[in-house]
Amino acid sequence: MNQATRLLSTYTADVSGVCSALYELGGLTVMHDASGCNSTYNTHDEPRWYDRPSMVYISALKEIDAIMGADDKLIGDIVAAARQLQPRFIAIAGSPIPMLIGTDFTAVALEIENQCGIPTLGLATNGMHEYLSGISMAFTALARRFCRPAQPASGSGRPLVNILGATPLDFSVTGNIEALHEAFRQRGYEINSCWAMNSDLDQLANAGAAQVNAVISSAGLALAQWLQEQYGTPYLVGVPWGRLGAAAYFDALRQALHDGSSACFYSGLSGQGSGKQGLIIGEAVTAASLKAALLLQGGWSRIQTACPFRDYASLLGPDDIALEDEKQIRQLMEEADVIIADPIYRRFFKNGKQRQFVDWPHEAYSGRIYRRQIPVCIEEHLDLWQKGWLKEK
Amino acid sequence: MEIIKVNAEGAQVRIADASFPQPFASGLEYGAPARGPWNIVHLGMLIPESHQIFVCAQGCLRGVVLTAAEMGALDRFSTVAIEESNVLSGNMEDQIIDGVSQILQEMDNPPRAVLVYTSCIHHFMACDLPLVYQTLRQKFPHIDFTDCYMTPTFRQTISPDVLMRRQMYSLLKPLPLEENRINIIGSALPMLAEADIKAWPQKNGYFVGELANCRIYEQYLDMARAAWNISFIPAAKAAGEELEKRLGQKHLYLPLSYDYREIEECLGKLGEALHLPAFDTAGKIRQAEHALEAAAKAVGDTPVVIDYTATTRPLGLARLLLQHGFRVAGVYVDALSGEDRADFDWLQKEAGDLPLYATVHAKSGLLARRQPRESEEKVLAIGQKAAYFANTPYFVNLVEGGGLYGFDGIVKLAAWMIEAMLHEKDTREIIQVKGWGCCG
Repeated sequence: MNQATRLLSTYTADVSGVCSALYELGGLTVMHDASGCNSTYNTHDEPRWYDRPSMVYISALKEIDAIMGADDKLIGDIVAAARQLQPRFIAIAGSPIPMLIGTDFTAVALEIENQCGIPTLGLATNGMHEYLSGISMAFTALARRFCRPAQPASGSGRPLVNILGATPLDFSVTGNIEALHEAFRQRGYEINSCWAMNSDLDQLANAGAAQVNAVISSAGLALAQWLQEQYGTPYLVGVPWGRLGAAAYFDALRQALHDGSSACFYSGLSGQGSGKQGLIIGEAVTAASLKAALLLQGGWSRIQTACPFRDYASLLGPDDIALEDEKQIRQLMEEADVIIADPIYRRFFKNGKQRQFVDWPHEAYSGRIYRRQIPVCIEEHLDLWQKGWLKEK
Repeated sequence: MEIIKVNAEGAQVRIADASFPQPFASGLEYGAPARGPWNIVHLGMLIPESHQIFVCAQGCLRGVVLTAAEMGALDRFSTVAIEESNVLSGNMEDQIIDGVSQILQEMDNPPRAVLVYTSCIHHFMACDLPLVYQTLRQKFPHIDFTDCYMTPTFRQTISPDVLMRRQMYSLLKPLPLEENRINIIGSALPMLAEADIKAWPQKNGYFVGELANCRIYEQYLDMARAAWNISFIPAAKAAGEELEKRLGQKHLYLPLSYDYREIEECLGKLGEALHLPAFDTAGKIRQAEHALEAAAKAVGDTPVVIDYTATTRPLGLARLLLQHGFRVAGVYVDALSGEDRADFDWLQKEAGDLPLYATVHAKSGLLARRQPRESEEKVLAIGQKAAYFANTPYFVNLVEGGGLYGFDGIVKLAAWMIEAMLHEKDTREIIQVKGWGCCG
């Protein structure tokens, strides 16, 4: 995206992605920053504080520590806290100033681990990349450190699946992850682990036991590739949004399980026939999966997915696009009949008789502001949501 | 998920055993999701017809953008994101000038004033900010530009909050001073109409200007006409001192207090400076005593907890309440200031068992919603953080003193305590909204 933004919001950054990814796993996560990252994460990016506490902290970096390169203070503070709190692991994530002064997170992590004996991950985020890269970095570091050799499959005989890329930043806490788990169970799968909501560290460590991996956001892709390399586990990219979308998704999952080959379930789908022109703005995998679900229903001449993250454009379909700037967003919105996007994008929407803006709030973008409106879209839930906006029109 | 259990050691201390001004050891910090205090975006938005442009890394932008979105003010807010390439190529000055210019050129109606916020990274890289602002002023001569700062790394040298409260007035230009005008400066919220430092001068013919009451840019600029600026919170002192040097406006610092003698002294200074007639101190004290008596009766034996975001003098408030028979069960405060010293000493001597609770200690988040009680006992909190940590729906929702001051402030606060005792609030919904009184 262009660096100057006149009207829109900003997606949350890598350091929040790290914290969100690790929140439920019993670790001690430290943002190495003065204070802003902590406030942003706690206020806008993390909806779980009230229901389950976690050990997420800020290092409270000061001017003098930055100038003097006082890594010993950072290390000492983390070791002191870890001795009191006894976390399962420690993770340290960086922000702009540690990047500027060249903080060596790998060395800091090693020193902490040497001092307190707790596995420690050094994650060189810098607050200048989007949240997906932080989640991805945290998941792969965790897997490299904790995943053990594959254990024999459970006795249930049902295929085991790992869900990769689940955080409230993309799926909120409004019921999508629970509905997703239920959809897998209904289709005869057993959830081996979910990275990382509603699973603990021990379940994640046994990820190698799964027969297939379900990549539900861009943030899960690097982990899927690592698990494939380590255990030969195939993966499928996509989310089973909508009834027809879910049917296609689970067909593709069966195929992946059968062939042992990895795929993206929505990659072959494109617009057919006549109908409305749609635009979906969002994270590549969730948005492209929604596009697939809607195209399968029919009534669309074309739907284009627009992804604000150029690093993940490879997960888009051939008609889709990585966004560059506000001008381009405005132009794309003017061309579409139906726009499905976070409500903040409404600022560019011009009302028209045949045109409609459908609110699809994205926690990584608008934070908690529209959380109550975040719909559950798994399987038939999508139809219910759609009925709402069709009625609205 | 397993519940993490910790003891309170290190995150709680009897005041008799506490060190001054740092009752707790520093270390990793927790941040409670109680967001009532105003931040630099809320404060900047007080300048009418102004536009804010933040130039920061994505991670730093996120919080301020959503502050603006939450208060429905995104149309007065824009951003320029710093990327690694800017740091490596050292084109930070060009990036600010080009980014700000692009944003302003895209606007149909240019703002009267633009607040350009730079971040820690600009200052570590010695970005030539005078050149940046000079260039912007030349390119857009009809717009007033000022420098604002989101620089939390420098908070021990000068905090972003103090800087912001100073820069809020930096666009004022010298005007002839008028003796019958005063300003109350540096606070987010307007003083309540009855507050002693506002009502008393007003009753005697003074016009009292406050930024929070300015609706158009001219009203803001007219604040430069006041002969006196009065501040009452420590973070506003720098603003008063700067205006005295730059515009010749005399500055009077009359700290918010709950001590009758100190209030009387402050009002005495105000009366002397403005040549006001005698103030009915005895009558006002009687009113405060009656109000406190009524509140004490209503609150009874219910434990009361206070936090530092509710008032700049939490220990002073604890002292006042203890002196009037309330059962003060704790004060949430991480650090104390010189202004707290007298109350600290008094409490150490007279109420040594009073617990001080840390809010940012690494254990605080895990103890949250358990202190100061493990039982279902009703607790009355004063302030959002106290309500969060004590997990109570009974709380007085105020930040930064809530626009209260002096004897009248005590009367109002006592009434609000009674109100809070009687009516439950949806604590979670209320306290997660940033900027109390600004947008929720």
